[in-house]
Order: sequence, then structure tokens, then C-alpha cells
Amino acid sequence: MDLNTPATRAALLPRRSLLQGIAAGGALLTAPGLIGRAQAQAGDAIRLGAPFHRTGIGASYGRWYERTANAALKIVNEQGGINGLPVQMIVEDDGTDPKRGVEVIEKFATEHKVDAVFGHLFSHVVAACAPRAGELKMPYFLCSEGHALAAGQFNRYVFQPSITDVKSQISSMGPWIADNLGKKVALIYPDYAFGYDHRDNMTAAIQAQGGTITASIAIPPTETSFTRYLPRIPFDTEVIYHVMVGPAVLTFVKELGEHLGSRRPEIFGFIDSLEAVPLNQPQLAFLENTYFWEAQPRYAQPDQTEFDKFYRAAVGVDDSGATIGNPQDVATFSHMFSVWETLFAIKRAMEMADYRGPAQKIAMLEAMESIPGFDASNEFPQGDKIFNGKTHQSFGHQHISKFEGGRLNVVHSTTIEDTFYPDETDYTKMSF
Amino acid sequence: MRNLRLFALTIAVLAGLFGVQFVISGYPVLALTRILILAVFAMGYNVLMGYTGLVSLGHALFFAAGLYGAGLAAYYGGVALPIAFAAGIAAAAVLSLVVGLLALRTQTVSFMIVTLMFAQAGYLATLHFSAITGGDQGLSLPAHARSFSLLGQEIALTSATARYNIALAVFAVVLLALYALTQGPRGRLFAAVRENPERTRMLGYDVGRIRLLAFTVSGTISGVAGALYGLMFGFIGSSFAEFRSSVEVLLFTLVGGPGTLFGPLVGTTVMTLLIDRLSGLTSAYLIAVGVLLIVLTLWFPKGILGTIRDRWAPWLR
Repeated sequence: MDLNTPATRAALLPRRSLLQGIAAGGALLTAPGLIGRAQAQAGDAIRLGAPFHRTGIGASYGRWYERTANAALKIVNEQGGINGLPVQMIVEDDGTDPKRGVEVIEKFATEHKVDAVFGHLFSHVVAACAPRAGELKMPYFLCSEGHALAAGQFNRYVFQPSITDVKSQISSMGPWIADNLGKKVALIYPDYAFGYDHRDNMTAAIQAQGGTITASIAIPPTETSFTRYLPRIPFDTEVIYHVMVGPAVLTFVKELGEHLGSRRPEIFGFIDSLEAVPLNQPQLAFLENTYFWEAQPRYAQPDQTEFDKFYRAAVGVDDSGATIGNPQDVATFSHMFSVWETLFAIKRAMEMADYRGPAQKIAMLEAMESIPGFDASNEFPQGDKIFNGKTHQSFGHQHISKFEGGRLNVVHSTTIEDTFYPDETDYTKMSF
Repeated sequence: MRNLRLFALTIAVLAGLFGVQFVISGYPVLALTRILILAVFAMGYNVLMGYTGLVSLGHALFFAAGLYGAGLAAYYGGVALPIAFAAGIAAAAVLSLVVGLLALRTQTVSFMIVTLMFAQAGYLATLHFSAITGGDQGLSLPAHARSFSLLGQEIALTSATARYNIALAVFAVVLLALYALTQGPRGRLFAAVRENPERTRMLGYDVGRIRLLAFTVSGTISGVAGALYGLMFGFIGSSFAEFRSSVEVLLFTLVGGPGTLFGPLVGTTVMTLLIDRLSGLTSAYLIAVGVLLIVLTLWFPKGILGTIRDRWAPWLR
């Protein structure tokens, strides 16, 4: 068929149809009201923007963050909302992508006109969004673990009121590792910023205990097999510290087991490696009798609090940290509590400032800075916390769990004071 | 004589883009600002893919060169933003010239793979030298890099109006420069190389030099977009050097119409708005984007403006 004859062209795609199609498509794309949400009037509700990682590398976290946030939101509204106003949550997917993350922050500030944004986890997305949130004067509550906030790299609009940062987590682990597992530590970590945080903080923590780092093995993110890196673990290593993440982690554990065999050193890891991963699978058998950091124990412990029970029931998670009735659907339990608690922290600050809209925004931020901490409760089921208003960062208990019989049992919990380090910034001296 | 109807359309589009800021406000202005910056990236890519017929899978490298060149100059050097912007453009220009000299020794699929490999090397370099670049976590530009003086006026990059007009000014300069380049003798040489390199060579032209010129111009314009993006949003990070960025700009160009002056703007607008609108409705928005690409491939194989050009408006090139 000759596609270039006028008759054929007309039959394939008449010009009028083309123009109509383009016009309709353009209208659809450019008119938010057509397919976007209808905008409510200011003052009739508290609107919170939730930029969750629905897609991209953070999707397994994002799914649980959204589920946890919805459960917390339901309770907040059942309790009468905030200052008598119902609370609405508007979710946008940031694709775990810094560029899209910034776009979403702009959208929350200028299209949805939310009162605050909360729920960002991955630190590279946070790093891109925090400056823009400050410029748009948008209160921005992190549920991440990055140290950049407490290091003074952001601005006065950014807070992390629930989960501790990586510096706290690691520095509080160091003494226990050195005292109980060994002082000659080999580090295995991904060759990018997340891994460097662990490398730098764990090196400092072990050296502070008089220990030494026997090897520091960075593995590029593109690797799918690890056998050529493992011979770099020296024979005199007493502890292997690993923080590999991503889909290759099962291969990593399997190859580590094949390399070390039964005469292995002690092994300590961060649960970040195995969040949302069922532990009772053959590929992870080698991790039996090894140790993990947890922020909130995935498995209900003998001394489980009523708050932990309440929280699990509200989110729909059983005592093994999986969806009730579906043991393979494992939660990101050591991170997602931060969404729950952050929502209640926002509620606390808004109530202190009698927040009803943007007119009380500064008062709400100052109220947040004045909060000394949070008691363990249904609102803060991970445990009590000390909040540092100067650095905008929370400090809380950490747990070390042993992998035994396919589950994690807590063997040590830190005090909050164990997680302290000297202030590195004072946001209260910064203007709004 | 050059393409007067296209020139008139160019002026009209620029006038429209300038005037639209007085009609719309809030989020649409911010969205349009981003679209203009990313359209500059796509316009750079279009020089190579659309006009010269060379498909690169590594243009994230040049976007990132501009981004890091400008961002690192502002972050470590503390230089004024216009100087940082120029540093970003210079970095992209030098890098695209060097990479062009090497990559253009290959053709077709090999060229795609070589450009991809260069871009991957660049991406991994941003991770490897994270002590300087901030790696995947990136660097947030300091407060002094959020404003600059121009003719005695202090211009803050936090102002939506300033951001839009800066983006529009850069877009306009690139658009007019590309109009002059593509609608003139050089543009005809690019097209000649795309359509029949052997015949072009027989006519006495140095095909290698023409391709190198196109490659360098393309990379430099991509760097302009990268530098502008980094300074405008105050953040530089290795995710902008990822393969995904190279694919995005390829899609922007394919959707809008390769080898048309306005194709990149149309493609960037359609794709950006589509993702923006659909992502608020469903997490499966990438499926919808995929369906759109299939539809375009079936009914608009030369992109939206490419199809219109071929059927009704041959001057729209």
C-alpha cells in the first residue's frame, strides 16, 4: 500500500480527527481540574502531602509506608482530627527519583496547597527535595535515616521527629559489637553514599572501642556476584559487618556462606538488607546465629509492649512482622513506624500551635522545635524518644537481634543516651 | 532563503511562552519552568538524533557534565552563578568534543553501545569520586548559590517568576540558535549526512567533521540544560547521570518528532504532563506511558510534529 497518496493518508488519519485528538489530549493534560483532585477550601481540613516511593527502587518501602500512614490517619481522624479539623492525606508517587521528588514537592506546595509534607525515605531523594521545600516554605518531615539533616545541610523547615539517623544507629552499636563479637572488623558495603555512611561511622565506632578495621570492601552497585570480593576478608577477622541491599542480597548471603563455610567469624548486619524479605528461606540459612540491627523488632518479643500490639493490629501486621494471613508479605518493620510516629508528631506540634492554616505555620514549626521528646505510647509505639529542637533530629532506642530458628530475637537494646553525639548545627538560629 | 514560516512560528511560540506567565500562576508556572529546561536537553539531543541521524544512548553524560560543572564550581569555587553556568557549559562542550572524537569512530548499533558505555563510566565516576561529588546522595548548593546580581539587580532563584523567565531566556537563546543552525547550510549538511553519508562524502564534504560538529553542539546544549537544572534546583546528584536520563531524552524527542525544531518541546511537554497527571491517579502510570508510546509508534512513527510535517506542513522541520 502506498502510504503517500492523499486518499490513503486521509483514510489512515483524517486531519480533523488528528486535530481533535490533539486538542482533547492537550486539554486533558493541562487542566488539573479534569483529572486532578478538586481543591478544597483552605481552613476546612488539614492537608498533608505524602510523597511515597510507590515505584522505583524504594517501592517495597513505599508500599508499607503508605499502608502505615493510612492506618495512622484513620486513627487521627477517629480521634477528631487535628484541632477539630479532619486530616486529609494526598499521596503522590515520586518514583524514588530525585528529579520527580522535587516536582512532587512543588506540586504539593502550589497545586495541592498542603499544610506539610511527610514520608520521604531514600536519602538521595531527600537531599534533592529538602532545599526546594525550604524555598517553598513547606514544612517537610522526613522518615529517612540520613545524617544530612542533623549535619546542618538542610534548612529550618525540615524535621525528622521519629526515626534516628544512621550516625546514631551505628555509634550506639559499636560498643556492643566490640565487647561481644570482636574488635577486628571487616566491612562489606555498597559502593555509594549509603555504604560510605556505614563505613565511616562504623570505622569511627570500632576505633573508639580500641578495635581495628581489617578490611573495607566496597562493592559496586552493578555487581550480581560477589565471589571475587570475598577473598579480601583477612583470616584474622573476628567480625564481618555487612550492609548489602537490593535484590542481590540473597546471592550475597549464599556466596558468603559458600566462601566462609562452618568456621566463620561473627557476622553483624543491618536489617535494611532484609526489610520486606521473609527470613525463613533456604538462601538465608547461613545467617543463623548472626546478628542484626533493628529499630523496631520485626518479631514480637516476650516483653512486647501494649503499644506495639496496638500498632501491629492497626496496620494489619502479625507477630512475625508480616501481613495477617499472608506470612510471605513481610513488612519494612524497622522503618515504617517512622511514618506513623511522624504523623502524630505533626499532630502534637499543630495542636500546640492551635494550627488552622498557613497563618500558624511558623508557630507550628517553633512548637515542633520546642518539643523535648515523646513518651512510648500508641502514638509512638517504637518507644520513647528525645527530640533535639536545634538539630531537628530525634534520638531513640536501638536493638540488636540474633537470627535464631528463622526468626529474630532481641539480645540487646541501647539506651537513648547511647545514641547521642555532639550537636553539629543549630537550625533555630536560621531564619524562616 | 531560510524557513520564514518556521521563523514566524518560533517568534510566536516565544511570545506565547512569555505571555502565558501573566495568565497562569502557581503550579503550572513551576511545571512549565521544568518543561522548558528539559526541552533544552531534548533540543540538544535532537541535533544529533533528529537532524544528523545518530542515536546516542549516553546523553545523560553531557547533561551531568553541565550539572556537575556548574554545581561544583558554585559549591567549591563559590563563584557567581553566571560564571558557574558558563563553567557547566564549558565542561559539557569539552567532554562532548572528546567523547565525540572517540565515539564517532563507530556507527549505528556500535555507536549506541559506545555512547552508553561512556555514560555509564561517567555515572560510575560520579559515585566513585563521591568525596567530591556527593555521589548518589548528592550536594545541596549553599545559600550564596541561590541568587545572583544582574545589572545591579539581585535575582533570587527562589522566585517563581525569576525562575520561569531565566528558563525561558535560555530556552529562547537555544531555540533561536538552533533555528539558525538547522535551517541554514549547516542544517542541510546535517540532513545530508543523515540521509546519505556516502553521497555527502562524494560531494566533497568531510562527513566525520560534520558529525563531530553535530555531536559537540548536541552535547553542549545538553550541558546547558544540565547546568541550568543544577543551579535552578540547587541540587546535584549522580541520579541525573543514570541511563534513565538518556532514555528519557530519547523518548521526549521521539514523541515530539525527531528532526523538527519544536518536536522536543512538544515531546517534553506531553511526556512530563502525562506522567505528572497520571501519577496522581495510579501507580501504574508507566503502563499508560508505554501504551502511548505504542500508539505513537503505530500511528505517528515520526513523532507528533514529524507526522504533521510529513503530511501537511513540510516547513515544520
